[in-house]
Amino acid sequence: MREADYRAPEIGVDNAAHAARLMQLWKTAPGLKGFLSTVDHKQIGIRYIVTAFAFLTLGGIESLVMRLQLAGPNGTLLTPEQYNDLFSTHGMTMIFLYASPILSGFANYLWPLLLGSRDMAFPRLNALSYWIYLASGIFLYAGFLTGNGPNDGWFNYVPYAERTYNPGLNQDFYALGMVFLGISTTLGAANFIVTALRTRAPGMSLDRVPIMIWGTLTASVANLLVVPAVSLAFFLLWLDRQYGTHFFDAAQGGQPLLWQHLFWIFGHPWVYAIVLPAMGMVSDGLPVFCRRPLVGYAAVAISTVATMVLGFGVWVHHMFAAGLPTVGLSFFSGISIVITVPSAVAVFAWLATIWHGRPVITTAFLFFSSMIMLFVIGGVSGFMTASVPVDWQLTDTYFIVAHLHYVLIGINVFPVIGATYFWFPKMTGKFLDESLGRWNFWTMFIGFNLAFLPMHITGLLGMPRRVYTYSSGMGWDTLNLVTSVGSFVLAIGVLLFVVNVVKSLRSGAVASANPWDASSLEWSVPSPPPPYNFAVIPTVASRHPLWEDRLNESSARSSVAHGMLLDAGKETIGTSALHATPDMILEMPEDTSAPFILAFGTALLFVGLLLRLALLAGLGGAVVGLALLVWLWPREELREREPARG
Amino acid sequence: MSPLDYLHSAGRHADIIRPLTWATLTISTLVVVIILVLLWIAVSRARASGGDRETRAVPVERGTSGKRWIGIGVAISSIPLLLTLVWTMVALANISRTPSSSALVIDVTPHQWWWEVQYGSREPSQIFTTANEIHIPVGVPVRVRLHGADVIHSFWVPKLSGKMDAVPGQTNMTWLEARIAGRYAGQCNEFCGFQHAHMAFEVVAQSQADFDAWRAAQLAPAPEPTSPEQTRGRALVEYRCGLCHRVLGTTAGAISAPDLTHLMTRQKIAAGTLPNDATSLASWIRNPQALKPGSLMPNQNLSGQELADTLAYLELLR
Amino acid sequence: MAEMMQFPERLPVGPIRRHGLGTWGVGALIASEAALFTWLFFSYYYTGATAGPGWVLESSPPLQLALPNTIVLVLSSIVAWLGERGILERKHALALFGFAGAFVLGTIFFVVQLFEWRAKPYGPGDSSFASLYFVTTGFHMAHVAVGLLILAALFGWTLLDYFSPRRNLSVSAGVLYWHFVDVIWLFVFATYYVSPHLGFGT
Repeated sequence: MREADYRAPEIGVDNAAHAARLMQLWKTAPGLKGFLSTVDHKQIGIRYIVTAFAFLTLGGIESLVMRLQLAGPNGTLLTPEQYNDLFSTHGMTMIFLYASPILSGFANYLWPLLLGSRDMAFPRLNALSYWIYLASGIFLYAGFLTGNGPNDGWFNYVPYAERTYNPGLNQDFYALGMVFLGISTTLGAANFIVTALRTRAPGMSLDRVPIMIWGTLTASVANLLVVPAVSLAFFLLWLDRQYGTHFFDAAQGGQPLLWQHLFWIFGHPWVYAIVLPAMGMVSDGLPVFCRRPLVGYAAVAISTVATMVLGFGVWVHHMFAAGLPTVGLSFFSGISIVITVPSAVAVFAWLATIWHGRPVITTAFLFFSSMIMLFVIGGVSGFMTASVPVDWQLTDTYFIVAHLHYVLIGINVFPVIGATYFWFPKMTGKFLDESLGRWNFWTMFIGFNLAFLPMHITGLLGMPRRVYTYSSGMGWDTLNLVTSVGSFVLAIGVLLFVVNVVKSLRSGAVASANPWDASSLEWSVPSPPPPYNFAVIPTVASRHPLWEDRLNESSARSSVAHGMLLDAGKETIGTSALHATPDMILEMPEDTSAPFILAFGTALLFVGLLLRLALLAGLGGAVVGLALLVWLWPREELREREPARG
Repeated sequence: MSPLDYLHSAGRHADIIRPLTWATLTISTLVVVIILVLLWIAVSRARASGGDRETRAVPVERGTSGKRWIGIGVAISSIPLLLTLVWTMVALANISRTPSSSALVIDVTPHQWWWEVQYGSREPSQIFTTANEIHIPVGVPVRVRLHGADVIHSFWVPKLSGKMDAVPGQTNMTWLEARIAGRYAGQCNEFCGFQHAHMAFEVVAQSQADFDAWRAAQLAPAPEPTSPEQTRGRALVEYRCGLCHRVLGTTAGAISAPDLTHLMTRQKIAAGTLPNDATSLASWIRNPQALKPGSLMPNQNLSGQELADTLAYLELLR
Repeated sequence: MAEMMQFPERLPVGPIRRHGLGTWGVGALIASEAALFTWLFFSYYYTGATAGPGWVLESSPPLQLALPNTIVLVLSSIVAWLGERGILERKHALALFGFAGAFVLGTIFFVVQLFEWRAKPYGPGDSSFASLYFVTTGFHMAHVAVGLLILAALFGWTLLDYFSPRRNLSVSAGVLYWHFVDVIWLFVFATYYVSPHLGFGT
């Protein structure tokens, strides 16, 4: 029976029959079938989070082995080859397989809930992004575990990455694996952009969305544009290695610096993409524990976008010593100094929120507020390297290693752990243990600073990066020992986190819908949320829908109890980009295993390319083509085609 | 502090950088301390500590706008930023004024994992090549041309100058001008493979007279052997070492490894990995892979006598 | 009580013509692919600008295949647009002609390009310029190939009478992609066939 092409959405309140109907429409089948075919953003989000934390653990173990080797001079635990494999794989794991996917995971889980929607704009694409992430992660680690992992750093400079100097499979695994992973990132970015701009709750104009939306949206736009640069670079490298092209080798007119440009044109925006969403999490979570709205919402939102826009114009600061013309260096140095300004906006906004708020110390609060200090330390060391002459001494020393760990662990890991303490009750219906959380925090905080604060000095004393050992008598021995000890303390802290998660999943205290008395929409649904998120589509009248009575900023009131029911099918509301005026009813797709099969086909394709097996690659391509055809086949239920005649 | 630290400088290039490094370091430390104090004060005003119950117990309030923090904070931060920006441009301009009329031009070609150093001259007979140890006269600007031979390396002698990469396909320029005589540690500073960790070099700044003497001595070919061991040693060097190394005045003429003609004038071997003494030299020749695994010098499998002969000959190469 | 919001009288259910999420989706895809080609062109211009003279191997690349081929591709976009119009105006035959015609013209472009490749005096392994030429035109041809598959699918689905003036998002998305492929070719053509005549890299 065909529904009308237009209809007035039914308005009402939730009741048992309505909830049951929604449950029937939205629930995922149990068992393996449901597991492989679900398009529920919450399940996909949790998978991303778990997988990313697994990679964090692997990357952490790699770093601990490295720190054992470097604890004293002339270490003999590792051969140079093993060390090079480890530091490269550690970098790749943390930056590509943990830092971005963890944020994708939280965003995936939270966005529809923050936005008042029932799912992401493209649920099947969402599933595909995850499966491809998982498959490419396995692909890359298959390389590492067979002794063929990346071995030229995560940034993989040519000519060392070319076949002449690197004849094994290492570089081929890395290059193809990165192109593979890039597909996931790009698909995810597209999904986030369309979700943010087209599926918000009615009334949630762009100046009312949580800062985490600003952060992830900005990161997604950047990724959409720059991931192709690095995918291209890796693909060209693979062609040089396998087909004798000459993109990067100087002998035949190739340009080794082209690699660096393409890589850093991607790489610099990427490092903002892996911190801006996390900064958004702090901007949304910290005010809850200060019992007041964020200071300077508009300034923070604008500074988020400004940071990313400027972030497109600084990539050469990774290449200051490469021999580029001075005029160019001045320009990039200037912008690199200026880019600290929008970051300062965020820091002062957070400080002011705590200062003018009424802070309550919880574990989440500790992680969010300590992040401010770590951010500033990472920020000032970055500021130092922005100056070309200073960078000519600092670059490629342990000062940079200290800097990058402060910005990555400080602005990604600490907020992520804080976010976990904050949103775990929503996701699981249970609390993480607070007292174990304090141990978790202090161990991580002390361990991290013990490991990385002295590292600034190690760098100023000239210890170069990427060395498998060092001589005694250079003045680095004690500092390295302290760093190694600190890294193990940090690891214990991370272990406590894992223990807390496992313990709390089993026996954590039960959490209600809004245990923190927070302000955003996700706290208006049960913990954990039902598959359809909102029984009634909320209408939003301010930035803090659940705090309106208390803040009394205006007479307008959001509504979560009364609104559009949208239960004629698997439906949610589509709204306009700026003002979130409802403009269509979206028919959401059913669970399907097409994404899983497509990811599998892509994996076959890449394995075929790696091993130069044309048949396997062809088979993979065919599976991809067929799966795509099935997926894109126009369907009546999704209103992609007219009903059949007769 | 450290042979490789750059908080002290002894050359004009590094002299320009050093105060800027200290200034930005000081600014950075101050900023961190100030923010830390502010954060500490803000957090210590906490009403309560606990979990969800304690959080819910504190009522939500609009609070003061607080936006002034952002304006004032950014305004104050802009001052050191502007200062650094201007100073940076000035310093960059000063450094980029490469000494034009320098008497001395050195061509440095880093290889995996050693440094080839060539001293040029208008007189072809005055050109010579050495390795891993660069001598320069004090107070004289020296231009360094960096050539890429295999992968990207970086030329870095922190007490004298900032770093500059050697990139295949282009010639990069940097310069040195030592203020104080001495030996200055250098290190490759761009990851270049297995033995990036052991690719050091030294810059020896000496008086003009000493430098001229050193330079003249470097032009001389290897002396003739005087004993039977040395004669056998020379034959071994020509036949075996000569596959990669050069010794002027013999038939060992390959250039894919360091020039050994004046090996014994250098204080270190294997690009700064080992001191140049009899024991180390013997260990190195006997088993380079044990001391610098992955280096391109294969184990020679010399007998005891062959090794002794080789060392006897090498002793002559001053 | 929430009376700030007037609930809408009547909303479209699902995509109507271009109004739907699919348009945004294909827009995001096009943005990403356009970025890819931007970086390919960056690689070309950067490598050329930092290379020695004579980097471009043909200072006057022959246009007798490329120029007509360009016209063929532009024509195919027009024909594809006609196909889209056929759907919008319920002209079944026009729609089928449009998709089939664009497919044929696209295939001609593809084949002629292959001939051009054969006729080049250099191969991809000869120099960095050659490598860039083949990889850029190669990437473009890959996008043409995908576009041909899309046109074939549109043809088949039209034959199955799936679309109507209201329900045709797949059509507009697919044809938009084809136009994108066309526009990219214009940039490729300008870079590899026109700029050497104007003196770049020679």
